[in-house]
Amino acid sequence: MDDSDKSKLEAVYQKFAGSDGNVISLLQDMQEVFGYIPEDALYWISDKTNIPVSRFFGVATFYKQFYLKPRGKNIITACCGTACHVKGSHRIIQLLKTELKLVPGEFTTTDGMFTLDSVACVGACSIAPVVIVNDNVHGKMTPDKMSKELKSGNWRGMSTGDER
Amino acid sequence: MSGGVKINVCMGTGGIAAGGTEVVDAFRAGFEAAGIDASVEKNCLVHQVGCRGFCARDVLVDVTIGGDVTTYQYIKPDMVPRIIEEHVKGGAPIEQWIVGQDYHDFHSRQVKVVLADCGHIDPENIDEYIAADGYKAIAGVLKEMQPAEVIDVVKRSGLRGRGGAGFPTGVKWEFCAANEADRRYIICNADEGDPGAFMDRSVIEGNPHAVIEGMTLGAYAIGSVTGYVYIRAEYPLAVERLKKALADARARGFLGKKIHGSNFDFDIKIKLGAGAFVCGEETALIASIEGERGMPRAKPPFPANKGLWGKPTIINNVETLANLPYIFRKGAEWFSSLGSEKSKGTKVFALTGKIKNTGLTEVPMGMPLREIIYDIGGGIEGGLRFKAVQTGGPSGGCIPEEHIDLPVDYENLAKIGSMMGSGGMVVLDETDCMVNIAKFFLEFTQSESCGKCVPCRIGTKRLLEILTRITEGNGRPGDIELLMELASDVKDASLCGLGMSAPNPVLSTIRYFRHEYEAHINEKRCPSAVCRALITFGIIEKNCTGCGACRRACPVEAIAGEKKKPHVIDQSKCVKCGSCFDVCKFKAVFKE
Repeated sequence: MDDSDKSKLEAVYQKFAGSDGNVISLLQDMQEVFGYIPEDALYWISDKTNIPVSRFFGVATFYKQFYLKPRGKNIITACCGTACHVKGSHRIIQLLKTELKLVPGEFTTTDGMFTLDSVACVGACSIAPVVIVNDNVHGKMTPDKMSKELKSGNWRGMSTGDER
Repeated sequence: MSGGVKINVCMGTGGIAAGGTEVVDAFRAGFEAAGIDASVEKNCLVHQVGCRGFCARDVLVDVTIGGDVTTYQYIKPDMVPRIIEEHVKGGAPIEQWIVGQDYHDFHSRQVKVVLADCGHIDPENIDEYIAADGYKAIAGVLKEMQPAEVIDVVKRSGLRGRGGAGFPTGVKWEFCAANEADRRYIICNADEGDPGAFMDRSVIEGNPHAVIEGMTLGAYAIGSVTGYVYIRAEYPLAVERLKKALADARARGFLGKKIHGSNFDFDIKIKLGAGAFVCGEETALIASIEGERGMPRAKPPFPANKGLWGKPTIINNVETLANLPYIFRKGAEWFSSLGSEKSKGTKVFALTGKIKNTGLTEVPMGMPLREIIYDIGGGIEGGLRFKAVQTGGPSGGCIPEEHIDLPVDYENLAKIGSMMGSGGMVVLDETDCMVNIAKFFLEFTQSESCGKCVPCRIGTKRLLEILTRITEGNGRPGDIELLMELASDVKDASLCGLGMSAPNPVLSTIRYFRHEYEAHINEKRCPSAVCRALITFGIIEKNCTGCGACRRACPVEAIAGEKKKPHVIDQSKCVKCGSCFDVCKFKAVFKE
């Protein structure tokens, strides 16, 4: 961690110390700042607060919202809800893994452009199967349609630059 | 053009995904470009409404001219200029884009209480909710009723929790109010985690003020000054609209100090769920609001006695709360006149899966499944046969055709091994494999098990392992009995509702579709041709035109053949992805 990271963390810590000590809120703030939860930051905050680091790790690994690894520029979220499942979401996920050339067990591409996420249900079951590109919901997806959109490089919601 | 023109565009998550934003923009731009003069423009209101339920037909647009409503379906931005030109300016509706009789049938059988204003009012405009009698109930209650009387009304209405278990809401409030305490809390559970259910999201997106008014009624009844809405972070639109609604309500004095001119103080905070299905369980949800791992604890003490920060706490689901303003406006007797003997009022169901009219539907409790699926839902897609309907999400079960005339209420669903849950109804047809469905739910509950108690943590894992080997063709004789024994142990011994209900999908599919399990185990065959390890794809020579579509679609180059000559699949390369089956227009690809 460099000095600018530390000053950002200091601000997160100050907010935590001045509140009711809600660990989830702390982690949410931390993730807001860094885009993920760096391990170093948890040790830093543990030293600072004198709270065992296990407590932070415990909460951070319990909830799906928290990421302990950096995320890609584009987040592609495939819905795995029941409606999407019966309409073939597993094939869409399979195709995404192949097209994005993900290393098995990893969900972010090596160039950091994409992260593949899955979610239990986004509540848009009537347009199943659903894929979300950043915050844009795409319904009634087929492997074919998706493959074309991915190759086109300008899928609605997708970013190619460095603005994210 | 007299009487004003009003354009309603459906802008729920479904509507937006289908291009609702672009349609609204097209109307705005179109009116400007058409040079519709100022007086008309003033009457032209392009406004957004929440989900009206029939998401399969999005984008839906209502054009109201002088009180006459015309509803269009499947509207795209490039269709808007013609609507403006021919209908708004010319007065001639475009017949071929208007919704058909089935659209009206979908709505005519429903009884709308919770969704009464969804799809009619602009959720981001507090004045529209007020104009629809919103906040009248709470204002009246604060003036004229004691908290105990409020509880009495809710008890008499027969309202039961819409989150799943169906506990009588008034009774729960009474327990909470009976405790001596310096603080009490009311929490709205909007952590809608059931895959396949989206009614809570739609209610918050479509009518957030009804939830706020409902929470305020509950807060007054139990004597709470602080409420929380625990909402899924995966619902960004709902969160945004709720935030705006809370700010608007505060600005009007409907939240904060001395609300509605009374001596009662109440305000609501939003807590974003960090993503854990188990947080739908009351004690886990409380732990999560407190900032800890969302792990349930043993009950009693119940949250109504000892909840958030040790104080008496009421947790109600979104739909439950959204019923309350209507109960107080129209009376407990009106509400209890709806529904069946023990389940009063209506229930919102999310109809999804292999059904024609997917969407949200609100019907009186006790309506037979057949009416919901066929008369409202329009039956099964693509002329296939109905196999089962899955209700209650990962905690529920599959209901086969033999029970399709069952009146839907809490008791009846429990009797046949399923449950109401939050109201998801996923319709399955003959191409769905029931063992695969059971495995799907177990994958979910197993990964969502918080790990605190052994029966759930290890039991769901073992259940999943057995189901996995069955679907992979490695099932052993005796596996069905083993599943049943293990399932009943997990049900009996788990700490919270997640574990107690996780085996339901397994048990109900064994109960009604045992033959499918037997085919997988004994004959190594998947009767619905779903389980990959047990199927093969092939090409029927006489149907194949040699168009090459399958060859191009195959991701592993397993299909070969000359142009205009029948193709063949190399089984050693085939990964059974099914792409060829989907692209073939001549029914030349088979799977068995």
